[in-house]
Amino acid sequence: MNKTLATMALSALMAAGPAMADLVIPDLSYRTGPFAAGGIPFSDGYNDYFTLLNERDGGIGGEPIRVIECETGYNTEKGVECYESTKGEGALVYQPLSTGITYQLIPKVTADGIPLHTMGYGRTSAANGKVFSNVFNYPANYWNGASGAVNHLLDINDGDLKGKTIALVYHNSAYGKEPIRTLEALSEKYGFELTLLPVDSPGQEQKSQWLQIRREKPDYVVLWGWGIMNQVAVQEAANIRYPMENFIGVWWSGAEFDVEPAGDKATGYKALTFTGLGDDYPVYDDLKKYVVDAGKTAGAGDQLGAVQYNRGLYAAMLAAEAIKTAQEMHGVTDITPAMMRDGMEALEITNAKMEGLGMAGFGPEFSVSCENHGGPGLVGVVQWDASTGTWNNIQDFKPTDGEVIGALINEDSAAYAAENNISERCE
Amino acid sequence: MPEQLVFAMEVTLNGLMAGVLYALVALGFVLIYKASGIFNYAQGVMALFAAMTLVGIMNGQVPFAHLINAIFGTHVHEFGWSVPGFVAILLTLAVMVLLAWAVQRFVMRHLVGQEPIILFMATIGLAFFLEGVADLMWGSEIKTLDVGLPQGINLWIDETTFQIFDYGFFIDNLDIVATLIAALLVIALVAFSQYTKQGRAMRAVADDHQAALSVGISLNFIWVMVWSVAGFVALVAGIMWGTKSGVQFSLSLIALKALPVLMLGGFTSIPGAIVGGLIIGVGEKLFEFALGPALGGATENWFAYVLALIFLVFRPQGLFGEKIIERV
Repeated sequence: MNKTLATMALSALMAAGPAMADLVIPDLSYRTGPFAAGGIPFSDGYNDYFTLLNERDGGIGGEPIRVIECETGYNTEKGVECYESTKGEGALVYQPLSTGITYQLIPKVTADGIPLHTMGYGRTSAANGKVFSNVFNYPANYWNGASGAVNHLLDINDGDLKGKTIALVYHNSAYGKEPIRTLEALSEKYGFELTLLPVDSPGQEQKSQWLQIRREKPDYVVLWGWGIMNQVAVQEAANIRYPMENFIGVWWSGAEFDVEPAGDKATGYKALTFTGLGDDYPVYDDLKKYVVDAGKTAGAGDQLGAVQYNRGLYAAMLAAEAIKTAQEMHGVTDITPAMMRDGMEALEITNAKMEGLGMAGFGPEFSVSCENHGGPGLVGVVQWDASTGTWNNIQDFKPTDGEVIGALINEDSAAYAAENNISERCE
Repeated sequence: MPEQLVFAMEVTLNGLMAGVLYALVALGFVLIYKASGIFNYAQGVMALFAAMTLVGIMNGQVPFAHLINAIFGTHVHEFGWSVPGFVAILLTLAVMVLLAWAVQRFVMRHLVGQEPIILFMATIGLAFFLEGVADLMWGSEIKTLDVGLPQGINLWIDETTFQIFDYGFFIDNLDIVATLIAALLVIALVAFSQYTKQGRAMRAVADDHQAALSVGISLNFIWVMVWSVAGFVALVAGIMWGTKSGVQFSLSLIALKALPVLMLGGFTSIPGAIVGGLIIGVGEKLFEFALGPALGGATENWFAYVLALIFLVFRPQGLFGEKIIERV
């Protein structure tokens, strides 16, 4: 009787417990709420890439991938709840697509030994692997973005920005304030005047900021927005007839839905990027064959090739390549979060590797190391054409100001290390 | 004339225009509060729902497409036709009337006589429910709304002011249209409540719903009517704000802009909503213009509330609100 009960209990436990052989990837998505327009395509791309690997390759190294989607609504508290409720499943890496959630998760993932990847967002100084052991923000961070914008303006001004004026219209939050230090340092270095114009969240009302821009006529405007703030900013710029070719947004202000509401007047608006455009890549043939045509898309299947979809796809690809690296390093296919961290720290993305994945030129070449969790910070520039409804590449991935950014990263990460009694690693 | 004074005049005009847009949202709150004593937390979501429904109808989108496709394995998303703006507005209005009936039938009718806080909590629930339904019906992506309203700088004002001040004022054509529509709306609402049988019945219910019941006024009908009118006001606000930024879920947050307007103008006065909106609009814009740069900018959100609180200290019922005297 006891043996029967024990067998039944064990069977029940096995049935109820998580399938530990799976490679578990939580997707902290936001498909609802004010920021869903950006969250949906990113999450679709993220999920679809893993579905493709499962359907086409049987997972990674023979291990199936299990994506656990958890809705955060871009809400920091919910994001932390999602983390707490999924980490026990054997989560290999978190990518929350939210700077607010990232800041809350940094100490948690460090304590739990789970890697956190914040591609193009989050805490910029986490690029210093000597201090942030479990946080990665390759291939580019906010300060690369700020420098990339200034580099582009230098390029179109024959390398001279002396006497020019640049206005930063930014989301009045931790996210929006991230580029200020870099831009201030760069303004000293290159002699341009910087005006700061904060916009309170969510950013529906920006009349004051754009009236000021109309009065002061800055030579260039840099936009650091998210959600509705982007659409309103582009519309207001069009309303005051600000020259769109002098208006450049960070990569989170450069999706199709950011410019489409302004119609034809948005033509010429520029945005930074660290990912490829459109769907003219061989990987899309496989996505259509194994995911779309098979009816296995995460969303409606109508976002393929969109800017934020590509970004989600790219984030998933980087996670998958880190898993492969970890599997090779440790000689096992069923890796642990600690092994995943090792894989991310040894990740190398080459053109040959991207070509093999059907994603040639989709992102910059880079490698990660113990010291450098941020990659080389290569940034490209794209420009919107409303007549065709497409973004066009006007500048390939280029290096940013490593000297200025490196110093700021060291300063900020040293302060974090001192606050949290962290000893530097990678000796 | 000093340059700064000219700029301040431009800021004041834009503040007035912004105030009208805030007042449009506040009007919906006032209507429902006036007639039923309910602070309708869902008013912002109603504006979102109305705007999403309007775009969905205009674009010939199949409502609940994702749900239908998930259940039946189909791939329907659009009907393949588009509906002219005016017709779509009428159809959306019909949807808002249906919504008003549903709110009355399934929520408010069961809460008659309950404490105001219970009714308020019910509208919080309604807001979240409606947001979810809007998402299911029309999807979460940003939609462009174009019902033919003009946008961009008004060239006549630009040129005329340039001739006078040597500086052309920026006034958005959309703001001018919004002002005209708001003025018409207020005139219509005041005329409706003063000169029609239903309007007078609405006021009677607002004064004392038990006395109104005793003289044969149908409480259910009046409340459906009031929620319908609030739905119509939400539609107008949704069109104005949605045209500016595209129709998206952040639209529901415009309710935050209406709260200081209500605190200042009073919860029970239609002219109060307008005057409150104008004061908040001008006040926050001028404050940002004069002191914003010295304070680091982004002062508008908090300054609106500070302004409203200052008014509350001296006049707790708001500028035009009814003074409540309770005697023991």
